[in-house]
Amino acid sequence: MMRHLISAADLTRDDAVLILDTAEEMARVADRPIKKLPTLRGRTVVNLFFEDSTRTRISFEAAEKRLSADVINFSAKGSSVSKGESLKDTAQTLEAMGVDAVVIRHGASGAPYTLANSGWIDAAVINAGDGTHQHPTQALLDAFSMRRRLVGKDAGIGQDLTGRRVTIVGDILHSRVARSNVDLLHTLGAEVTLVAPPTLVPVGVGNWPCEVSYDLDRVLPKSDAVMMLRVQRERMNAAFFPTEREYSRRYGLDAERMAKMPEHAVVMHPGPMVRGMEITAEVADSPRCTVVEQVANGVSIRMAVLYLLLGGQEPAAASHPRTEEK
Amino acid sequence: MSKILIRGARVLGGEPQDVLIDGAEIAEVGQDLAADGAEVVEAGGKVLLPGLVDLHTHLREPGREDSETVLTGTRAAASGGYTTVFAMANTFPVADTAGVVEQVWRLGKESGYCDVQPIGAVTVGLEGRKLAELGAMHESAAGVTVFSDDGKCVDDAVIMRRALEYVKAFGGVVAQHAQEPRLTEGAQMNEGVVSAELGLGGWPAVAEESIIARDVLLAEHVGSRVHICHLSTAGSVEIVRWAKSRGIDVTAEVTPHHLLLTDELVRSYNPVYKVNPPLRTEADVMALREALADGTIDIVATDHAPHPHEDKDCEWAAAAMGMVGLETALSVVQHTMVDTGLLTWAGVAERMSVKPAEIGRATGQGRPVAPGEPANLTLVDPAYRGTVDPAGFASRSRNTPYEGRELPGRVTHTWLRGRATLVDGKLQ
Amino acid sequence: MDTHASGVPRPVLEGPDIARVLTRIAHEIVERAKGADDVVLLGIPTRGVFLGRRLAAKLEEITGRKVPVGSLDITMYRDDLRMHPPRALARTEIPGDGIDGRLVVLVDDVLFSGRTIRAALDALNDIGRPRAVQLAVLVDRGHRELPIRADYVGKNLPTSLRETVKVQLAEEDGRDAVLLGAKQAAPAGEQ
Repeated sequence: MMRHLISAADLTRDDAVLILDTAEEMARVADRPIKKLPTLRGRTVVNLFFEDSTRTRISFEAAEKRLSADVINFSAKGSSVSKGESLKDTAQTLEAMGVDAVVIRHGASGAPYTLANSGWIDAAVINAGDGTHQHPTQALLDAFSMRRRLVGKDAGIGQDLTGRRVTIVGDILHSRVARSNVDLLHTLGAEVTLVAPPTLVPVGVGNWPCEVSYDLDRVLPKSDAVMMLRVQRERMNAAFFPTEREYSRRYGLDAERMAKMPEHAVVMHPGPMVRGMEITAEVADSPRCTVVEQVANGVSIRMAVLYLLLGGQEPAAASHPRTEEK
Repeated sequence: MSKILIRGARVLGGEPQDVLIDGAEIAEVGQDLAADGAEVVEAGGKVLLPGLVDLHTHLREPGREDSETVLTGTRAAASGGYTTVFAMANTFPVADTAGVVEQVWRLGKESGYCDVQPIGAVTVGLEGRKLAELGAMHESAAGVTVFSDDGKCVDDAVIMRRALEYVKAFGGVVAQHAQEPRLTEGAQMNEGVVSAELGLGGWPAVAEESIIARDVLLAEHVGSRVHICHLSTAGSVEIVRWAKSRGIDVTAEVTPHHLLLTDELVRSYNPVYKVNPPLRTEADVMALREALADGTIDIVATDHAPHPHEDKDCEWAAAAMGMVGLETALSVVQHTMVDTGLLTWAGVAERMSVKPAEIGRATGQGRPVAPGEPANLTLVDPAYRGTVDPAGFASRSRNTPYEGRELPGRVTHTWLRGRATLVDGKLQ
Repeated sequence: MDTHASGVPRPVLEGPDIARVLTRIAHEIVERAKGADDVVLLGIPTRGVFLGRRLAAKLEEITGRKVPVGSLDITMYRDDLRMHPPRALARTEIPGDGIDGRLVVLVDDVLFSGRTIRAALDALNDIGRPRAVQLAVLVDRGHRELPIRADYVGKNLPTSLRETVKVQLAEEDGRDAVLLGAKQAAPAGEQ
């Protein structure tokens, strides 16, 4: 493991599998009467959110608290940041307070990278979503959810997603979730297909390790997991697609379309869903849909990442359990 | 003024010769000239060029004196071998009236380090809606001949047409910053493979190329000359090449950084690489070098764009666009064009002095190294190898993309009308 | 292993010794727990888990009843987490009926500083409330740093801090043995 988690592309296959395996153990803590581990006692983690995201913040906060870290929530809204204080000043303030890790959500792509590499701060940096760049813990929790459903909780230990076919549908252009998932799923051996109207696929996608299709119906029968991305209604005004109705007709997932998927295939969504746009209520509420599991799995994944980044001082080898020296 | 004998310099990269300066002019060029009381500058192995002329400099004064002033900018220019810079109009207030251009012109005179030719804005406040008083700026003491809204594109086709036509009356030229605004909303870097990966808003090549195509056609239609600022794409080169083949009166410039750097550098999210137009791909860089060599691109212009430290010491999206360039331009051109065999030193003189002076109508600049000509000269040591250290810059700003990079060549002397502004690399 | 300086590690217990020692511990548990009918064995990964399973089999032979056996990973409770790279976690598997009101016997291969057992007690605390907790170890090598002692000891092995004790078990290492060797010359700061 490295010192920071900035991009899913930075993870090796073994790193990623270690995180998933660790998360599997973390998930078991949720079944215990006392859902808490003393691991990060005395460590301070700051959730530095320059963008509103209640779900991601709460998920990180739950993970941090389950590991007994001291948690400081710093929301940029109404703070000195909106009064013109720069990211650098904020970082240096946190550094002076002696924080061990910064979980950062920022509207600007690359802000976590800059924070980690600028020398402004010594703490470990965990990217909780930056602009349209990356959201690595989301990709990890998605991969974890897939592995649990498609391979099995126990059977999945040590396994990657080799040969699994994952289809990601929606606003790829503006999606950090799509970017992170393409990187991570490819690393884990899955075959990824992106489906979107051509306006919502970035120029340069040809270099991504995935296929691109404009035809959802042709891809569905060959999918083990279908991930629906949120499509913001505002995109319509920038002429990315003509109307909401046309979008959902061509790229939305309804029960009829879901029936074209193989029996074992799951429907995923990073949330928040726009019901009636990219997904119908019927699909969202079906047992094939993993949305609620994804939320629970998010906590386990974030516990795993926090433990692996903060559990030791030294950069750790992402390898097998060390034999205990007695 | 005293006499100076430059001994054994390779004039325009040719055979060693002696050049005698007497007062503000070149008195003699030849072999074994007698010193005869003149101050002698030993120039063995060095290359003597006409003083460089930069058609595209941001001096920031008035308004942003925290990043550069006319004085610090002209000192940087002299350090880089320049004897004339054209100061862009996007100051605060904008240089869109005779008053502002005269102020800049006067500050240039007072600095004494190099000639400052103010560029006037094409439209009032660079807003692209209403023509500025182009004639008044031309008739002012500053004698403006180059007009540009640089930083912003004159995107309205009618305004552009009118500007092209209007300046014909006094031999002016419009220098277009070619950037279709709608195609570049939220743009942060070149649109392509790297932007797709980094999730940064794309600045597509077509946003530059479509404006250039439109403007060369407009220039043809109204019979005007047009100058294209900072070409950055292979497609732009093709359009300019086509326009020249049709006899359209178009000239074009390229910046040193677009001859060397690519968008791969943006992967570091280091805002020092954030510039407009953005760094493009390797294929674009190669096409620009070729075009500069074959004359499709007429000149090298620095687009020297100083910014204070805090505007670059931040996340990418919040950072200002632009790089300083006056003090590294010649080294980058030597590295990319001369050392690669694409251009001779005579070719460098043509593209960094003669042609830019001609486009900007800078009298007394870009002249041959010959008796009777003004002694605007630059002496370069091409054998020098050094690492760029912005701490040594004369510019007030340090936002160079070359920090720590090894670049060849060094300007050792600059003379402005016979007066040394730079001696042995030290400003006078 | 420690092949240099003082030579090849020396076996202090061989396969048959280990089997015999475990049989004795099993009998002691039955005796002290008065039939062992509320015993839950929890092995500490990695090798404690295998020893726990072996003990459970022996207890079943003796009592004729199945004895619940599980594992207890203590990684997240270690007090030296900050000093080492993070370790991959091992499985914690608590038998179905839980540990509340039961006699938990922790099983580990080597008892040394006592810090592992301290962590195990903390971990147990988060899982339930046993009637009592006891400790069974294959080897007690001394050098305790905490007030902890074992209830069942396979072999007391006085050692120097410059020695290492390595337990090998067929399930993990292909053979059963307890080896005593010399610590390799380590860079300063490493223990």
